[in-house]
Amino acid sequence: MKKATFQFVLRRLLQVVPVVLAIAAFNFLLLRMAPGDAADILAGQMGHATVEFTEQLRREFGLDRPLYQQFFIYMGKLLTLDLGMSHLQQTPVVDLIVDRLPATLILMVSAILLAVIVGICIGIAAARRQGRLADNLISVAALLVYATPAFWLGLMLIVLFSIKLDILPSGGMMQIGAGHEGLAHVLDVTWHLILPATTLGLFYVAIYTRLMRASMLEVYGLDFIVTARAKGLSEGVIAWTHAMRNALLPVVTLAGVQIGHLLGGSVLVETVFGWPGLGRLVFDALLQRDLNLLLGILFISSVVVVIANLVVDLVYGLLDPRIVHR
Amino acid sequence: MRRLATFWLRYRRNRGAVAGALALAVILALALLGPILYPTDPFDMVGRPFSLPFDRFPLGTDVAGRDILAGILNGGRVSLLIGVLASLSATIIGVALGAVAGYYGGRIDDLLMRTTEFFLCIPSFVLAVVLVAIFQPSVVTVTVAIAVVSWPSVARLARGEFIAHRDREYVQGCRAIGMPDWEIILLQIMPNALPPIIVVSSLMVATAILTESGLSFLGLGDPNLVSWGYMIGVARTVLRTAWWMAAIPGVMILLTVLAINLVGEGLNDALNPRLRKR
Repeated sequence: MKKATFQFVLRRLLQVVPVVLAIAAFNFLLLRMAPGDAADILAGQMGHATVEFTEQLRREFGLDRPLYQQFFIYMGKLLTLDLGMSHLQQTPVVDLIVDRLPATLILMVSAILLAVIVGICIGIAAARRQGRLADNLISVAALLVYATPAFWLGLMLIVLFSIKLDILPSGGMMQIGAGHEGLAHVLDVTWHLILPATTLGLFYVAIYTRLMRASMLEVYGLDFIVTARAKGLSEGVIAWTHAMRNALLPVVTLAGVQIGHLLGGSVLVETVFGWPGLGRLVFDALLQRDLNLLLGILFISSVVVVIANLVVDLVYGLLDPRIVHR
Repeated sequence: MRRLATFWLRYRRNRGAVAGALALAVILALALLGPILYPTDPFDMVGRPFSLPFDRFPLGTDVAGRDILAGILNGGRVSLLIGVLASLSATIIGVALGAVAGYYGGRIDDLLMRTTEFFLCIPSFVLAVVLVAIFQPSVVTVTVAIAVVSWPSVARLARGEFIAHRDREYVQGCRAIGMPDWEIILLQIMPNALPPIIVVSSLMVATAILTESGLSFLGLGDPNLVSWGYMIGVARTVLRTAWWMAAIPGVMILLTVLAINLVGEGLNDALNPRLRKR
């Protein structure tokens, strides 16, 4: 690795530290703002919420100490990834989250891949037919999808594909009790992934279609496209190789910054499809008023977004040397 | 008057925007007048559950025998109210912070922009869920939660506008005659910076309505008020037998959000004619 590149990577890595600390502090603040503390809730659940017992719990948790001390204890625990216990499930919050994270990542990655690939293709197709019927139809469809609440779209897809046509599963991540292994397992999960990934991805298909179309039309106005045409290259070659490569940049940029938004969307989509990921865990935590778990999810998902942005930035820096020397 | 005429002339060129404005007017009228003209309480059990649309009740009844049309009309009020209030609050917070950051620059700018970036890192819907869960669902908490997760984009935009204007000649002129900063910010730069901000905040109403519907779908709506998201959440359990029950409120959300988006694009054409390329 060259020195400049190394410095760039190091600088970017160091920038993450204050952000993560700020997120942790913010989380602590939210926890303190909630009415009643962990001792109140636990004592209530144990069924003997006497003042003495609650005070004892408070001492155990260090809740009787000054706020700044509590803050340092909280931060110290975070460093060892101790997010406390889920009050109701009696399991460490971290374990619950780590358990669910892979399912969410699978869903998010599939949705974003679907959105980028389909969005790019439709966007190019629309740009090549600018102003004609197909272009107008694509624009109208994109507007409609852009205005559709994802969770409702999911429900309607279930009605159509699972209830009426009965060709796709309506929920879950795998067939219960089938005990598939190896390739059969992968296929089974993929089969269950189709509807949730489509539901989550369709909104972004609309965004990328519009963006790609606009970006392509801009590139079509540049001189090198005129040159390519003058050389006698076919329109297909011009669109799919020359123009596309240059029009891609804004799409990739946007895909990077939308990870946080995508995570929010997956909360709703997972709830609709009973997909066993973080989003579904949010819903369960809500039902059980499990605030500690909820804040743990907020913390971890924020960190995931920060890391994802870091990775996107680093990949960018390695692909485009100009960014390194900024 | 002439400015209004030019505005309308430019706005009306966008046919979609005109249709959107008409649709929005109808939806607004339904939400405002509907509950008065059709005074059925949306929480009242008025008939047998699961009655079909166009049978005894215009849109049928839900799982508990409540009139769906009454729910749609009253729910529209809640969705629109929260959407507009949340977007307005987010705009005020965002413009205030963005204006100060952009006008003064330096340390203040650094601090405010780091804060903005920090908020952009946190998954906004998850944060909204946590905020509403902590402070108990009500119209106020839902509105505040949506505003809290929405202001950063306005702040960035406002900051950019203020940076673009702060060294222009007219601003330097104001400084030269000793005009106080607040007057320059509010009365001189603000009117010039507002057009793109108006567009973004009108589009934000649509996002806010989508967020609100998602929250109330998860059961985080005001328990004393019907909203479209809540109706979908209730109907979800009977999707197999009565899919229309979930379909109707969803169509209303779709139409409202679509209408607002179309109006936003029309505003963009009319207010920022130079930006109109694509």
